Amino acid sequence: MKRKKIVAMLLAGGQGSRLGVLTSETAKPAVPFGGKYRIIDFPLSNCSNSGIDTVGVMTQYEPLALNSYLGNGQPWDFDRINGGVFVLPPYVSGDHAKWYSGTANAVYQNIKFLEQYNPEYVLILSADHIYKMDYSLMLKYHIEKQADATVAVIRVSLDEASRFGIMNTDKAGKIIEFEEKPKNPKSDLASMGVYIFNYDKLKTFLNIDAEDKDSENDFGKNVIPLMLKHDCKMFAYSFEGYWRDVGTIQSLYEANMDLLATPPKLQLNDSTWRIYSRNPILPPHYASSEATITHSLITEGCEVYGTVKNSVLFAGVTVERGAVIEDSILMPYSKIGANTHIKKAIIGESATVGNNCTIGVVDGGRTFNVLTKDITLIANDFEVRDNSNIPKGIVVRGTEDIA
Amino acid sequence: MSKDLFGLIYTGESNTQLRELTLSRSIAAVPFGGRYRCIDFILSSMVNSGIHNVGLITQKNYHSLIDHLGSGKEWDLNRKRDGLFILPPFVTKDNAGIYKGTAHAIHSCLGYIKRSSQRYVLLTGSHTIYNTVFDDMLLQHKSTGADITIMYNIEPDISDSPYEDLRLKTDASERICDLAINPQSNVSEKRSCDAFIMEKNLLIDLIVDANAHALYDFIRDILIKKAPTLKLYGYRYNGYVARLDSINDYFAHSLAILSPEVRNDLFNSAHPIYTKVKDEASARYGEYASVKNSMIADGCEIDGVVENSILFRGVKVKKGAVIKNSIIMQASEVHENSRVEYAILDKGVIIKSDRALRGYENFPIVLRKSSIV
Repeated sequence: MKRKKIVAMLLAGGQGSRLGVLTSETAKPAVPFGGKYRIIDFPLSNCSNSGIDTVGVMTQYEPLALNSYLGNGQPWDFDRINGGVFVLPPYVSGDHAKWYSGTANAVYQNIKFLEQYNPEYVLILSADHIYKMDYSLMLKYHIEKQADATVAVIRVSLDEASRFGIMNTDKAGKIIEFEEKPKNPKSDLASMGVYIFNYDKLKTFLNIDAEDKDSENDFGKNVIPLMLKHDCKMFAYSFEGYWRDVGTIQSLYEANMDLLATPPKLQLNDSTWRIYSRNPILPPHYASSEATITHSLITEGCEVYGTVKNSVLFAGVTVERGAVIEDSILMPYSKIGANTHIKKAIIGESATVGNNCTIGVVDGGRTFNVLTKDITLIANDFEVRDNSNIPKGIVVRGTEDIA
Repeated sequence: MSKDLFGLIYTGESNTQLRELTLSRSIAAVPFGGRYRCIDFILSSMVNSGIHNVGLITQKNYHSLIDHLGSGKEWDLNRKRDGLFILPPFVTKDNAGIYKGTAHAIHSCLGYIKRSSQRYVLLTGSHTIYNTVFDDMLLQHKSTGADITIMYNIEPDISDSPYEDLRLKTDASERICDLAINPQSNVSEKRSCDAFIMEKNLLIDLIVDANAHALYDFIRDILIKKAPTLKLYGYRYNGYVARLDSINDYFAHSLAILSPEVRNDLFNSAHPIYTKVKDEASARYGEYASVKNSMIADGCEIDGVVENSILFRGVKVKKGAVIKNSIIMQASEVHENSRVEYAILDKGVIIKSDRALRGYENFPIVLRKSSIV
C-alpha cells in the first residue's frame, strides 16, 4: 500500500458521564451540537477539510452507535479507495484482551492499524471539542520546525490555566516543560489535546510507555513528559480561533448559545469550511402563521406553531401553538405541547413534553447540581405528562416521577 | 418490494411555459419545495418502491441535472448491479443527437432497455410531481392483464396553457376506452400522471415499430393510435399531484406546500424525498426576524419579514426587507428595506436596498438566475 503522509487517530472513548442523561444510549461524541451536528462531526470535518483522508476512531463505549453513525464515512468524504474512517474498538489478541487504559494505550493497541499505512506523521485528536482548525497548517509548522512532536495550544486566561495541561515554551516555541493542571501556571498556553508526532518517534515512546507499569498510558500525563525527558524536539503550535471543550452540560449549553451571539462566536455558515454531518432526510422547516421566531437556529423537519426565542432547535422538532421556548436547546425529534413554557432547558432526543407544562420556569428551591447548575434537563426519550411543572435546575431521568 | 420493475425517465420535455426557469436547465432540474429539484420526487418514488435500476434520458440543457444527480448516491442508486444510468443524446448512424419525440428518444436507448434484467418497465416524464410507491400500480397491472397501465388522478380543471394534458376515459373496470391529448373542452376529469407500466418487451416492440413507420411521439403516435388494439388500463392515484404546466402552475403548487395536507402528502415520512445534500448550517433568525406561514431551508439568514413564502437554501433576508407570497431560490439575497411580493427569484438573485418588486397572484414576476436589481 502506498505510504500515507499523515493518518489521524481520534480518541472517542469517553462514556461522557458528565453529560449525564444525554449520553444514556449514545457515546459522548455522538451527542448533538449546533442544530444539525454531532460533536464528532467537528474533528472529522476538520480532517476532511484539511486533506486528511484516513482516520481511526478509537472507542470502547457503545461502538455500535458510533459505527452506524459513521458508516462508510461518505458524509465526511471518507469513502475512499485507499483510506477512510475506521472504528477501532479494543479487541482480543492472542492470549490477552484489555480495555484501553489511557489515550496513549488506545493508540498503542492500534499500532497494527497504523502499520498498514506506515504514515510519516500521526495526528492525535480528541472528540469532545468544538472548533474549526486546518491541521495542514499545523503539519506545515511541524515540518518547518523539524519537530519530533508538535502540540497545538490555545491562549487561556491565567485563572483558567489551572484547569488545563499547560505548555511552558522558550521564545522559539520549543516546549521546555509540561504541567498538568498547575496550581501556579507559568504560562497561558493550554494544550488542546491535538498532537502531531513523527510516526517512528511515536512508536518508540509508546513502546517505552507500555513497558512502564506505573504509567497511566496518557499522552498528556505520560508520553509528552517522557519525550521531554528524552530531549525530543517538541514545539507548541499556537491556534487562534474558537475552541471549546463540551464535556459538561454547562459547557455544551454555553457552546450552543455561543452560536447565537451576533456575530456568532463560531461561524458555521462557512462555505470554505463546511462542517459535514450525516443528514436526516427531511423537508425544510415550517413556521406557521402563529409562529414567532427570533434570534434562533432552526433546521430541517422542524414545525413551529409557537414562540421560539434565543434557542437552538435540532432536526424534526415540533413546537405546538401557544408554547414559548426561551434560551433552550431542543434535541432532534423532541416534541413540545401546546401552551407549554420552557426556559433555559435542554430537552433530550425524542423526548415529549405535554400541553400546559412549565420547564425551568419555577424555582424549586433546591441546590443546583454542580454539573448542570440552573439548566433544566429532560432525558432522551422521556415523556413529560400534560400540566407538569418541572422546576429550574432539575435533571429528569426515566425513573424519576416528576408529575 | 417490486424488484421486477425498472424505471425509465424522460427529461427532454420542452415546455416553454416555465419561461425563465427553464432557460438554462431542463424541467427535471427546476428547483421545487425549498430544497429539491423536480426530478427528486419521481426518482425518490421509484427508489422507495424498491426500484434500483433507473435510466434517465436527457435531451438538452442537462448540465445542471447531471450536476445535481452525480453518481446517484443520494438516491442510493450508486450500485454495482444496476443503479442510475444517465442516457444523454449521442450521434450515431441512426441518430443525429436531437430527438424528434419521446419514442425517438427511447429508441436511442434500446440498448440500455434490452440489457435491463427486469420484466416490467415504469416509463415516466419529469415535470409531474407526486410522492408515491408504485407497488399497487404494478399489482393492478398484473391482475388486470393490461398491456399498458396509465397512472391518472382526478383533475377537473383544464389549465389555461396545458402541457401534454392527456385525458383518459375509462369504464367501470378502469379499462381505457378513449384517450385525448390537450383537448379544448374537458372531455374527462381523469388526467394522466405521465407514468406508464408495461412489459419491457412490449415497449421495445412498440418503439421499434413506431420508428420503422417514422412515428416519434409516445403519446400521440403510440398510445392514441394503438388504443383500439391494446389493452390499456387506468390506475387511479388519490394523492397530491403538482403539474408544472406553466409558471402560474409552478407558483401555485409551490405555495400549496404551505398547507399541512399537501406538505404531509409530498413529504410523507414513510417514503422520504431524497436530494443532493449541501451541508448548510441551520437557518439563522435574527433579532428583527418575523416569519409567518413559510417554509425555510437551511443556510438561510433572516432578519426581515417573510410571509407565505418558500425560501430555498442559503437565502439572506436583511433587516427591514419584506418578502410576501414569493418563491426565493438558493443563495438569493433581499437587502435592507426592499419589498418583494408575488415574485419568483431564481438562484443567486440580488435585490439591493430600497427596491420594490410586485407581481400579482395570476402573474408572478420571474427574475432569471443571477439577476441584480
